[in-house]
Amino acid sequence: MQNMEALPYFPGCTLKQRAAGLDRSARDVFSALGSPLAELPGWNCCGATFPLTVENLLDLTGPARILASARAEGTRLAVACAACYNVLRRTNHLLRTDADKREKVCLFIESEYDGDLEVVHLLELLHREIGYGHVRQALRRPLEGLRVAAYYGCLLLRPAVEVGFDDPEDPVLLDQLLAAAGAAPVSYPHRGECCGGYLAVRSEEAALEASKRVLTAVSAAGADVVVTSCPLCQYNLDRRQGIIARQEAGFRPVPVLYFTQLLGLALGADGEGYRLDEHYVDPRPLLRERGLADV
Amino acid sequence: MQMMRPGQTRALIIGAGIAGIQAALDIANSGYEAVLVDRLPSVGGHMAQLSETFPTLDCSQCILTPRTVEVGHHPHIRLYTYSELTGLQGQAGGYTATIRRRAAYVRWDLCTGCGLCQSRCPARVPAEFEGLLGERRAIYTLSPQAVPNKPVIDREHCRYFSTGRCRVCERLCPVGAIDYEQQDEVFEEPVGAVIVATGYQLLPLAALPEYGGGNVPDVIDGLQFERLLSASGPTAGVVRRPSDGRVPGRVVFIQCAGSRDPERGRPYCSKFCCMYTAKHALLYRHRVHDGQAIVFYIDIRAAGKGYEEFVQRAMDEERVLYLRGKVSKVFRQGDQVMVWGTDTLSGRNVEIAADLVVLAPAAVPDPSQAELARILGLTIGEDGFVEVRDAQLAPVDTLRPGVFVAGAAAGPKDIPETVAQASAAAARILSLFSRWERAAQVQVQADGGS
Amino acid sequence: MKVALLPEGLRSRLQQRVEEASGQNVLACYQCGKCSAGCPVAGVMDLLPNQVIRLVQLGLVEEALTSQTIWYCAACLTCAARCPKGVDLPRVMEALRELAMERSGDHLPPDRLPAEALAEWPQQAVIGGFRKYTW
Repeated sequence: MQNMEALPYFPGCTLKQRAAGLDRSARDVFSALGSPLAELPGWNCCGATFPLTVENLLDLTGPARILASARAEGTRLAVACAACYNVLRRTNHLLRTDADKREKVCLFIESEYDGDLEVVHLLELLHREIGYGHVRQALRRPLEGLRVAAYYGCLLLRPAVEVGFDDPEDPVLLDQLLAAAGAAPVSYPHRGECCGGYLAVRSEEAALEASKRVLTAVSAAGADVVVTSCPLCQYNLDRRQGIIARQEAGFRPVPVLYFTQLLGLALGADGEGYRLDEHYVDPRPLLRERGLADV
Repeated sequence: MQMMRPGQTRALIIGAGIAGIQAALDIANSGYEAVLVDRLPSVGGHMAQLSETFPTLDCSQCILTPRTVEVGHHPHIRLYTYSELTGLQGQAGGYTATIRRRAAYVRWDLCTGCGLCQSRCPARVPAEFEGLLGERRAIYTLSPQAVPNKPVIDREHCRYFSTGRCRVCERLCPVGAIDYEQQDEVFEEPVGAVIVATGYQLLPLAALPEYGGGNVPDVIDGLQFERLLSASGPTAGVVRRPSDGRVPGRVVFIQCAGSRDPERGRPYCSKFCCMYTAKHALLYRHRVHDGQAIVFYIDIRAAGKGYEEFVQRAMDEERVLYLRGKVSKVFRQGDQVMVWGTDTLSGRNVEIAADLVVLAPAAVPDPSQAELARILGLTIGEDGFVEVRDAQLAPVDTLRPGVFVAGAAAGPKDIPETVAQASAAAARILSLFSRWERAAQVQVQADGGS
Repeated sequence: MKVALLPEGLRSRLQQRVEEASGQNVLACYQCGKCSAGCPVAGVMDLLPNQVIRLVQLGLVEEALTSQTIWYCAACLTCAARCPKGVDLPRVMEALRELAMERSGDHLPPDRLPAEALAEWPQQAVIGGFRKYTW
């Protein structure tokens, strides 16, 4: 599947700011595979979390506006960030299934929208449309022998009915992608356990509690690298390792990469703009050692 | 003139577990004929798999065997094992049942049950009867006590059927009973009434993904644990875990695995798990004296004679630790199984590294039950079990006249309740038979007097 | 410890508010504790998640509002995904947070966040935090 029309793409705040390296790598991956991403014009913040109280319509207006404006561009919207994806999918589901709320929200945003946009995560696009076979063919530097811990976190998996991404208890899409890129996914049971999300804003202790469960499992599984599909998971799992290493004598730090960072390198990108130097556990020695990057 | 129809006072019983066996014996010992059908090669159902029964700790095989033997020899019982009902025409008092017997590739009329064929068959297959924890051959009986004690060839795994070479069993058989050309046979049996006694199965572990989904070897279900406890089981009654054969030092039992879970499992209580889990924990402690047994439960339902006392005995005499709470996740960690649970009584979460985890999965209807209900014209409830005519006052009658149900086919039941229902269903049928005979007699007398 | 049960009758005003705001029937919960057993941050909570919903069931909503647990919930939905009764506990937690902040104002005023942390945190965390901890 070569040279498709550019896909409308929603990078979200995190990928535009703190994690711009992830945005860059996502664009690299899709350009290398012949399906370049075209940033949705005039987008706004999705709100980062889906409102959980039933009358909170105000917090739906942000994501609803994104959905309505993307619908004006086409029938699909590609999303990189798992949080944005979760919020947009859930909002879309609500607007599609609750006519009363849809009417009120549309009144707020002064747009017509009936929920018929398809919100797709980049991982889904790679799986369903580009195909892992095509990814394999396009590899320039296969990830041979790289032991990867695919990490899904919460936002791609739950709630399963609204997000509908993968098996919530036994997800496979990211493992399969990495295997197609030549890597060897390690098996560990914490692939869908929470990293702590936004809890660090209030309590470092709580964020550590959550991240530590995942990281000790990853480390024990013998992974060379953790691969995430959410920028906040990437940050949390990366950031907490210094503290854990100080607390636990046997803990072996493991670099944490966003899946498009690793895939971009495998597809031949030079890693320019990936901001690998900003990671807390420096992934560059590993990447150099495996011949994946010269950075 | 009203005459008896052929087969009017014969009963068809589908399923030869303890319910079907009990009903067949009750009917046959009253002098009427019973036609007993089971899908498996021999009778006994789940009860034949059990180690000991609660709350008396009788050896299940020992109390069952006299009945299976009686069924096998009874002049008034016609046994169709390895067979299924494929049709039922007619109405109460005048049914014609169509029964298909699968080709066993063994002529049972010749076979003496010597077992030589099984001993030398080169194909080894995980044995369903052993919960896949033991092996059988491609030519096999379910157990050495099988009734009838005649083997069948599992065509899928037979070397001769898959490669065209082997025929070891044929060469060995001293009476020439092996017949690779045997075909399925279809029989028609006239009967007057029917009992459905198709029992239950356990919810497959694949339906419990948070408990490993069947992919963790040392997470097993209750029936598998029965085989590990059973002297005739694959480990000769020594509790050995599947992964490495080690005797587990710490076993976690999880009740309500898929039961009482309207959201993702079954909404109902499976009724017998509280008791068999207590029994499992107690028997494990009998076998492994320094072993730790930990039970996760939500509520303990022990409402039978001697049941509550039995559970208390497991707790206080056998020091089985009961934790009140549900487990959220079970996964493999190294050579152990990690259990994330909670104890709501102390308000503490617990993380237990277990050597073996035994789940008590929801009891569900046999998967064939929906098709059987279609054949019989029965109504199946939302839960998949057979609907009865009146849950209060006609608990073994179905909505179709002349067709009855007994045991777990209508919902989960333990052995005593199942046996009581089987006798009840038999009594309902015997009263019909007797009424029909009396009516015919009265008619004959009336005709004679005119 | 002893409490007065149902001083306001079968359904207290606050309990009703929690149920309405969350869209959940708290009495559907049969206290199996599966939510607590799988909660990734239960280790730092003062009450386990099932104890919070228990307080709401008993009408002791005021007590639930003082628990730190409602602020530790990361809305990861692990509990909701496995709840046998389909109780969406994160929605109950959100309703409790809203109720608490409606009374006491922002739980975490933005001006109290350290500048260096704000520069370091991904936007997703900052915005998510604002959504959960400010009113």
